[in-house]
Amino acid sequence: MSNHEYTPNSKFGKWFNDRLPLLTLGKHLTDYPTPKNLNYWWTFGGILTFCLITQIVTGLILAMHYVAHADLAFGSVEHIMRNVNYGWLIRYVHANGASMFFLAVYIHIFRSLYYGSYKSPREIIWILGMIIYILMMAAAFMGYVLPWGQMSFWGATVITNLFSAIPLVGESIVTWLWGGYSVDNPTLTRFFSLHYLIPFLILGLVVLHIWALHVPGNNNPIGIDLKKPSKDTVPFHPYIVIKDLFALLIFLIVFAFFVFYSPNILGHADNYIEANPMVTPAHIVPEWYLLPFYAILRSVPDKLLGVIAMFGALFILVILPWLDTSKTRSAIFRPLYKQFYWFLVADVLILGYVGAMPAEGIYLLAARVATAYYFAHFLIILPILSRKEKVLDVPLSITEPVLGGAVSASAVRQKKDKL
Amino acid sequence: MSEKKVKRREFIFTATYAVGAVGVGAAIWPLIDQMNPDASVKALASTEVDISNVEKGQSITVLWRGKPVFIRRRTEEEIAKARDVNLDELKHPEKDEDRAKDPEWLVMLGVCTHLGCVPLGDKGEYGGWFCPCHGSHYDTSGRIRKGPAPTNMEVPKYEFVNNNTIKIG
Repeated sequence: MSNHEYTPNSKFGKWFNDRLPLLTLGKHLTDYPTPKNLNYWWTFGGILTFCLITQIVTGLILAMHYVAHADLAFGSVEHIMRNVNYGWLIRYVHANGASMFFLAVYIHIFRSLYYGSYKSPREIIWILGMIIYILMMAAAFMGYVLPWGQMSFWGATVITNLFSAIPLVGESIVTWLWGGYSVDNPTLTRFFSLHYLIPFLILGLVVLHIWALHVPGNNNPIGIDLKKPSKDTVPFHPYIVIKDLFALLIFLIVFAFFVFYSPNILGHADNYIEANPMVTPAHIVPEWYLLPFYAILRSVPDKLLGVIAMFGALFILVILPWLDTSKTRSAIFRPLYKQFYWFLVADVLILGYVGAMPAEGIYLLAARVATAYYFAHFLIILPILSRKEKVLDVPLSITEPVLGGAVSASAVRQKKDKL
Repeated sequence: MSEKKVKRREFIFTATYAVGAVGVGAAIWPLIDQMNPDASVKALASTEVDISNVEKGQSITVLWRGKPVFIRRRTEEEIAKARDVNLDELKHPEKDEDRAKDPEWLVMLGVCTHLGCVPLGDKGEYGGWFCPCHGSHYDTSGRIRKGPAPTNMEVPKYEFVNNNTIKIG
């Protein structure tokens, strides 16, 4: 809230703003100086905000019709699909909305990795983002349990059993999580309660995420610090607002395609069978957005170590700003990092693919190699690159290379190739 | 004089923090413990099963505390296979004699000790059970032989009430 001198025009506005400076906040948000070279990869923050609000609104409505009870849940979801006016639409938007939310968050995270947005002074933004991501996974997992189908039940059984790997207290923790000796009605009702809570926690963290962003301002494709405001920046409104809205429109086309043309393609047919504690489906697979972590879990033959590897794969992202200490942010000026970045993208895609396949033969081998590479990328490659990599010259401003006053020709060429 | 005063104040602070911590802990415990199994769940602790119709080589699965329990009437061959194992080969060494009181009857929780799936019977490389989730193989005594599961399938507390009835729990 840098703009302390702002005075509203109207008398009422001034009276109100002196008591609660909401108008000052609004002015800060519209004037917020934004790098003028932000590309479309930067529009996913806005798209994610849209996704969160969509999930909260559709979720609120579904909760008006859903019944959180082991005997009634499955039927109540079918009731929503068949009897409730537009219930099918609202449920399909909510279910596919979760997938769209993760699609957008993965693009958002990989954008951050490419352009070094997690680096100083934006470590707290990054960590808040990672907490949001972990909460998103918790919310998605618990939401998937609520329809009480076969995948709901067995997914819940497998994931809660992860905690039984903890030495000594593991079994007691699992019993405590279940509220019984297996996943059952007490588990369902508490998952419903927490599934309702988490989105609001995420909303609060999003506010902090954006607040922390507004302290240093946006990173940008060439990853340099900017003077703000200057000829390198444009005000958030209308420039970024209109760009974000255009990107959102394109995103909504993809979203609508799934909702209207293949609403079940991202789900599993087994979840249209009511939960049965006597029969495990032949092939338990989590939702697509959790597959890379599932592959890591299964690649380790020991139960406790597998669980540690899976949570470690997440935690390692949290400490990323201290693993990659290169002063150059953007991959545009880091020729080696740029290659390893794409190796990591391929590695995560491979992990996702083998996570969906049976854990045997060539798939198991691939999962092990990809898991080892994932950890090597963060623990070995990034620290070495931070010290050894010869980076290209970085321009001093966004405008400078365009006007021909760049510090080096190579930097200009690199930049033009990319943008 | 002044030193004595400081010590006294420190004591009061420490005592206040300690009492405060105990109070907060006591207030939080009910909020945590409410998630543990309630009285109605605990009340379903035992179940009696009629086994008079189970032939040799057949299994039945019953639900106990929300979990499947496998009751298998083993063939001579299966018993021999289960008993003729060098304990050193086992990941979780247990004698078959200790797992099946009556060698013909194997009673165990049909829950994979890896992540809790229900293994499939008459499958796997050891002629016992195979878990489809993450590929654990169990032998004819329900002992883990291959795969990620850390321990043998659990044998619950059970007793033969008479020749035709088993009480589990």
